[in-house]
Amino acid sequence: MDIFINFFNAAVLAGTPLLFGTLGEILTEKSGNLNLGVEGMMFMGAVSGLAAVFLLEVGLGIEIAGALAVLIAIAGAFIAGALGAFIYSVLVVSLRTQQNVTGLALTIFGIGFGNFFGEYFGRTSPIGFMTVSLSARQGFSNLSIPVLSDIPILGPLLFSYNILVYLAVVIAVAMAFFLSRTRWGLNLRAVGENPATADAASINVTRYKYLATCIGGGICGIGGMYISMVTTSGVWVHNSVQGFGWIAVALVIFATWSPKRALVGSLVFGGLTVMRFYVPLGIPMQIYDTFPFLATILVLIVTSIRQIKEHSPPAQLGINYFREER
Amino acid sequence: MQPAIQTHNLTKTFDQVVANDRVSFDVRRGEILALLGENGSGKTTLMNMLFGIYFPDSGEIEVGGKEVSILSPKDAYDLGIGMVHQHFKLVDILTAADNIVLGLDTGALLNRKAYTQEIREISERYGFGLDPEKKIYNMSVSEKQTVEIVKVLYRGAEILILDEPTAVLTPQETERLFVTLRNMREDGKAIVIITHKLHEVLAVSDRVHILRKGKSIATVNTAETNQQELTEMMVGRSISLKIDRPVCEKCCDKLDIKGLNCLTPDGVKALQNVSFTLKAGEILGVAGIAGSGQKELCEALAGLYPVASGSVMFCDEDEGKIELAGKTPKEIARLGVSMAFVPEDRLGMGLVANMDMTDNVMLRYYDKGKGPFVDRKSSRTLAESLIEQLAIVTPGVSKPVRRMSGGNVQKVLLGREIASAPEVLIVAYPVRGLDINSSYTIYDLLNQQKQKGVAVLFIGEDLDVLLELADRILVLCGGQISGIVDAAATTKEEVGLLMTHVPGSDTDKPVEEVSSS
Amino acid sequence: MSQTSTSTVTRAEHKVPLMRIARRNTMPHLQAWLIRGGGLLCALLMGALLIASLGHNPIAVYADMINSAFGGRIGFNETVRIAVPLLGAALAVGLAFKMKFWNIGAEGQILVGAIAATYFALFQFDNLPRPVLLITMGLAAAVAGGIWGLIPAFFRAKWGTNETLFTLMLNYVAFGIILYLQSDPWRRPGTDFPIIDMFDLSARLPRLFGIHIGWVLVLVLTVLVHLYLARSKQGFQLSVVGQSENTARYAGMNVGRVIMRTMLLSGAIAGFVGFMQVSGADFTLNETTAGGVGFTAITVAWLSHLNPVIMILVAFFIAILERGSIRIQTTFMIPATIATVLIGIILFFMLACEFFINYRLIFRGKKGAES
Repeated sequence: MDIFINFFNAAVLAGTPLLFGTLGEILTEKSGNLNLGVEGMMFMGAVSGLAAVFLLEVGLGIEIAGALAVLIAIAGAFIAGALGAFIYSVLVVSLRTQQNVTGLALTIFGIGFGNFFGEYFGRTSPIGFMTVSLSARQGFSNLSIPVLSDIPILGPLLFSYNILVYLAVVIAVAMAFFLSRTRWGLNLRAVGENPATADAASINVTRYKYLATCIGGGICGIGGMYISMVTTSGVWVHNSVQGFGWIAVALVIFATWSPKRALVGSLVFGGLTVMRFYVPLGIPMQIYDTFPFLATILVLIVTSIRQIKEHSPPAQLGINYFREER
Repeated sequence: MQPAIQTHNLTKTFDQVVANDRVSFDVRRGEILALLGENGSGKTTLMNMLFGIYFPDSGEIEVGGKEVSILSPKDAYDLGIGMVHQHFKLVDILTAADNIVLGLDTGALLNRKAYTQEIREISERYGFGLDPEKKIYNMSVSEKQTVEIVKVLYRGAEILILDEPTAVLTPQETERLFVTLRNMREDGKAIVIITHKLHEVLAVSDRVHILRKGKSIATVNTAETNQQELTEMMVGRSISLKIDRPVCEKCCDKLDIKGLNCLTPDGVKALQNVSFTLKAGEILGVAGIAGSGQKELCEALAGLYPVASGSVMFCDEDEGKIELAGKTPKEIARLGVSMAFVPEDRLGMGLVANMDMTDNVMLRYYDKGKGPFVDRKSSRTLAESLIEQLAIVTPGVSKPVRRMSGGNVQKVLLGREIASAPEVLIVAYPVRGLDINSSYTIYDLLNQQKQKGVAVLFIGEDLDVLLELADRILVLCGGQISGIVDAAATTKEEVGLLMTHVPGSDTDKPVEEVSSS
Repeated sequence: MSQTSTSTVTRAEHKVPLMRIARRNTMPHLQAWLIRGGGLLCALLMGALLIASLGHNPIAVYADMINSAFGGRIGFNETVRIAVPLLGAALAVGLAFKMKFWNIGAEGQILVGAIAATYFALFQFDNLPRPVLLITMGLAAAVAGGIWGLIPAFFRAKWGTNETLFTLMLNYVAFGIILYLQSDPWRRPGTDFPIIDMFDLSARLPRLFGIHIGWVLVLVLTVLVHLYLARSKQGFQLSVVGQSENTARYAGMNVGRVIMRTMLLSGAIAGFVGFMQVSGADFTLNETTAGGVGFTAITVAWLSHLNPVIMILVAFFIAILERGSIRIQTTFMIPATIATVLIGIILFFMLACEFFINYRLIFRGKKGAES
């Protein structure tokens, strides 16, 4: 039982950055923008969230309290991710560039951005790498919620995570509600399904695309920050995001564009990334580490073989909309 | 009485093309105005300006006597203008009700119960029989049109613009639509119906405004005009609207189709037990409401759609019968059967929009020569001779075909196919979107082929054309043949009935439910 | 229900949109390339801003970059050495992109090619004479890379499986395989470090003018790919498939076969690049053998508009950037990863350029003044 709880805990912790990335990309894709730059935006968020706290601490010569550090990191990461998405939006929505290539460009840029600034700020630090104070780091440690955390089994299973895990779950639930029950959610879906129709219904297609893409990018950025703050414990590690952003893009397909199913998907894939510590199969560890990627391939194949109408991508995904095109 | 809408000298230019040139017209409350013009005369551009999709380069629009500026569809709705587009503006995965309230300012949360009820009430008041909770992708074409009309009414539109509303309807559905339009007229609404079908203009409108090449030609009272006069104003000269129908000369069987069945990828029957013969030297017209299996029939014959069962026999004079069912286009060609197919989607299937005319001609011949390399030279020569023979207007053989007008694109496609000297020619909606002149050129080309002894299968949507051009008409209904009639002896109503009923089917009720009442 | 209200938009507010967008007919080639040149300039200016904001003189930094890339024989040779795999991989992805098959797995295809070549270099070097060994290595690399490219193509052809993610995921798998080989089966005997032995001399590519002859091979490859795309039936087929699969089917092409054949070729070229890397540049196999070349090649291919001949220039340009940024890491203490940032910025600007080539903007007042 303990092993299972530990495995479950590790899976949740490893799956959370994926969940952020997947949720951000779901929101983006609902607007019809297929932003392949998730990896790039996560890199941008990862370095910016960490750097925001790091620079404040170095600049002011203080140690920032945990709760405040969390807020600062979230803000920094969100802004950076949204900035990446904004560049994408300007290019794709306003300048009508090809979505795949633009997303790849954003990935290249974001990886460079993350590694460059991670390294650059590291050099300015007296200890030679970028890190934050212990007090700031405590904001990202696992919570101990009175009463709830003490419930046997359920406590450690559900109420023993860091604050970002709960934030991700709240975003997932809120996004599901937003998409199905609110007017803006309905409008957004219409924009992704059929922008010409949305336009004719006097929905501002451009605004929806920009907003959904930028907010989605911001959420991806938080996912990146999770890696630099939680996974690598507040230390900048070169190429730390590697691959997570891409798996998140694939998880959107796995989740069939539903925020609720994204919860399941990220848990499964989080589990795959940590499985070798809990489920010994006697396979070389380097091969074990490719499991999430092999599983992604499997998901891609299976979802392409059995396609269901209700679970299809937004109809105009990846296609730019020009009102006056004739 | 003050007009509901009046335009003064509206002008709109795309690139170098003047789509609307100083267009002025008006429509009053309680009347139906027909906006008549051929394809490409600027009707849709004009309506898109009224609805805020395009913004005019110059000119004014007055609504209720006040000059207005319509920057977006929202402005149009605020002014009480509603539009039913030719291509429905509906989101497939949403319900009718969600589509109807889409874009409305009704508070942050959706109150599905309330608006579904409101919509049900409107539907009952006008007798539409619409189920607000049905998803669009489960609807028939005429149901979708109903959703569009209810949408416009729900938004309180006083001025309704309908763009080619009958293009996709059967004669019976058209009649029903006209009844509703008249009801709305009695209700005091101003209605504009855009069309190029003269008999509909005469049947439903009070006044007609005629557009030609983007210019206003005249406004006339429907009661004081006739088909001939309207045609002259529309085309600019007096032309005979009669399409030739040369007599079938050597009418031997060419294709013998027996018990053809096809399934869609979802396993639904797209074609059901289809049997007929296509004769050399005849034009066999195919009628049916959109999506009744026309596309599948063409593609199955051309080897592009999987055949579940049945046979397609090609009758060769020398070699006897050859089975074509289940063969790929390449295999069919290898058997020595020369089949040509002009698909419905010209730029998406028949041609490559971004390639030039040479490469598009080469599409059919690239594999002919020996060796690993293509022979562009002979395709270029053929392209140049097509330009000359068919008077194709193009900036040059090395410019992408997407830059050409619809009529010229069709000439390239049809010309290329005819140049391959086919024995069987399948054409799907060959005049869709073409102006009258181009259309008649196409009819002539088809008749020439017919006289050469080619077996022509003509998928059409305009029943009037089918009745005049074809020798026989095959009617499809829900993937089945509901009848094959002699074009010279039948009537539009008979064909219209066959489009929705398969005689002798169990209950004799419409195969595709028109309304859920 | 909203009431008709004419008051919302009245004459007083009569206005024309500030700006409208219209498609251009065609722009002369010269003008188009001038715009692209301008875009590149803007991108370099942005880069200069970034450098200046770090407290360095951008002119000095750029000058140092160019200097290091051309300065002296070694600098130039080094630049060419970087350009060779870039050009090769760009040819590979260019073939696939022409077919609108988003092969972003060149990285993995290079790696498996390198693995196959390394197998022969490590275990067969004393059995075969040098030319035979090298040819075997090259062929093995091409076959391995081809198969790696064929896998996603097969699923895409059969079920339409998303190839973008598929090819990408295979990169990580190839990466994992190399890490595994390094860690145990192919580890240099007598060491605990995960490294693979250096190749025997007979498994190394010969040199010509001081650079391994990969540069000759890749130039020959460029000409071949150019001919293939512009003149061959297969090249025509893959172009048509890229434009419209429906049309391709209509024209009697076997779309699935074209996709698989093209990806076999694309993967094979990338695999061959892997061979050139291990046999010409590194003389061993490790996790940095591909070193992001597969990704940067996407940039090269796209910036060249998939034209193989232009790829030569673009690959060389990117090589200058990369070479230069390694240099400024030591002279200015600017992390070399700035090359990736600069490439990203250049890509953004070059993408934006296409808009101004294809569309024109019409501003309010321009037309009004005439009438």
